[in-house]
Amino acid sequence: MLQQLFFGYYAFIIIGLSLLVVTRKNPGHSVMWMLLLFFHIAGLYLFLNAEFIAAIQVIVYAGAILVLFLFVVLLLNLREEIALRQTVGSWPVAFFMCAILFVAVTAALGAYVQGPVGGYSIDVIQNETHAKALGKLLYTEYLFPFEIASLILLVAVVGAVVLAKRKLRS
Amino acid sequence: MIGSVTSFLASFIGEPMANMVLNIVIILIKVVVVIAVTLLHVAYATYWERKVIGHMQLRLGPREVGPYGLFQPFADGIKLFFKEDIIPANSDKPIFYLAPVIFFVSALTSLSVLPFFDGGWVSNINVGLLFLLGMSSIGAYGIVMSGWSSGSKYSFLGGLRSASQVISYEIAMGLSLVGVMIMAGTLNLTEIVKAQYNYPTGFYALPQILGFFVFYVAMFAETNRLPFDLPEAESELVAGYFTEYSGFRFALFFLGEYTGMLIMSSIGTLCFLGGWTLPKFVMDALPFLGSLPKFVWVAVFLVKVYFFMFLFYWVRATLPRYRYDQLMNIGWKVLIPLALVNIMITGTLKIMGWV
Repeated sequence: MLQQLFFGYYAFIIIGLSLLVVTRKNPGHSVMWMLLLFFHIAGLYLFLNAEFIAAIQVIVYAGAILVLFLFVVLLLNLREEIALRQTVGSWPVAFFMCAILFVAVTAALGAYVQGPVGGYSIDVIQNETHAKALGKLLYTEYLFPFEIASLILLVAVVGAVVLAKRKLRS
Repeated sequence: MIGSVTSFLASFIGEPMANMVLNIVIILIKVVVVIAVTLLHVAYATYWERKVIGHMQLRLGPREVGPYGLFQPFADGIKLFFKEDIIPANSDKPIFYLAPVIFFVSALTSLSVLPFFDGGWVSNINVGLLFLLGMSSIGAYGIVMSGWSSGSKYSFLGGLRSASQVISYEIAMGLSLVGVMIMAGTLNLTEIVKAQYNYPTGFYALPQILGFFVFYVAMFAETNRLPFDLPEAESELVAGYFTEYSGFRFALFFLGEYTGMLIMSSIGTLCFLGGWTLPKFVMDALPFLGSLPKFVWVAVFLVKVYFFMFLFYWVRATLPRYRYDQLMNIGWKVLIPLALVNIMITGTLKIMGWV
């Protein structure tokens, strides 16, 4: 009972906050709603007993990525932005696409089958602590995908440096 | 007594509900006690800072209000509380109201995971250290948004400077704590303290000397204190991000800054100086210490925390402010590589089984 109540709260608030994020005219306000949204997502992770993921969600998304968003927003010319009537012009098309997606997802929900239970039950993870369990998996079983992901990030960093340097030279 | 209260409640709403209500009440009492005690410490941290810096500059510091000026913090608080609350005309009002609250609340939330002595915590979570890092990054929003929403050039520049400074030094600070995590093998603050107690030296400041140095420098930048207080450099930016704030909203920034200093000092104490414990060889030499009640050890914790606070004041009275490019160079070109080297050394030693 209490669990359903908690989940319902998070689900509805997250949807409401996402709507607020995309409908605000002032990007500064959007960022603040998004901050609240990230906290609710972290709360949802906590609710799933994933405390490590919740902490990382706050540190990485709320603490780092959103601050970078904030930088971009701070350097915009807000007076012009707020004067714009709406940012996306073709909303009927978007609405149509979303409706199709919604129908597809709803249809797919009927085919939901619960997967087999793996070795990592809540008790096992609580014994071993999250950071350890995740670290072991990442550095043994999923080492290759993990390294590929870090390589992709490295490419992005190198790309940013190259772009910045080219501008300096010219 | 708690048992009788539970059974009394249980007769109305049933056993499980009664236990839950009682737990929530106990947590609330703990929260109120921790916040009240911390705010008193904050009040006297300001008094002590003025005394220390006064004596370092051959002055006497506050003396007028009460004996030795002991009531000065309360006089300051009452003055701030009754000042006019001015809101600039071209400010973004909702965010202008919200920013100091975010700053202060994020500082107070960090208190909930700090263990002050064995058993003296509001909550003992397994990701305590990560929680602290997360909360310190939320505090940056208070600063950035206050600078942005004030609608003033000085505030805006202060907010921008603070954002880039806090983000840069957060990396160094997080990486400097990784060495401690590797050595203790856990992110739980209580476990980290216990691991240090069982370590031969009794604290990690010695084997983690590189990490300790990086943490110590990053601590100043994270709390916007001298020599890294560029966001509020008064000779260039009036007062930086809180230029437009007055009265109690300014007081929230002020309290938040000192709470932040206390929290950074606590993290340093817990991760590098052994928290509330004395080293094991001291305890073995003086066996009667083991029979003392647990809450007495909060005194040891406080002595270590105030040692860090004294360093904050000492550095403020000694060093001039850095230039902004120097600040960034120190952060990215010195501290982060040092922290990475520290991680590599600690990791290698851990694999070899030497630590």
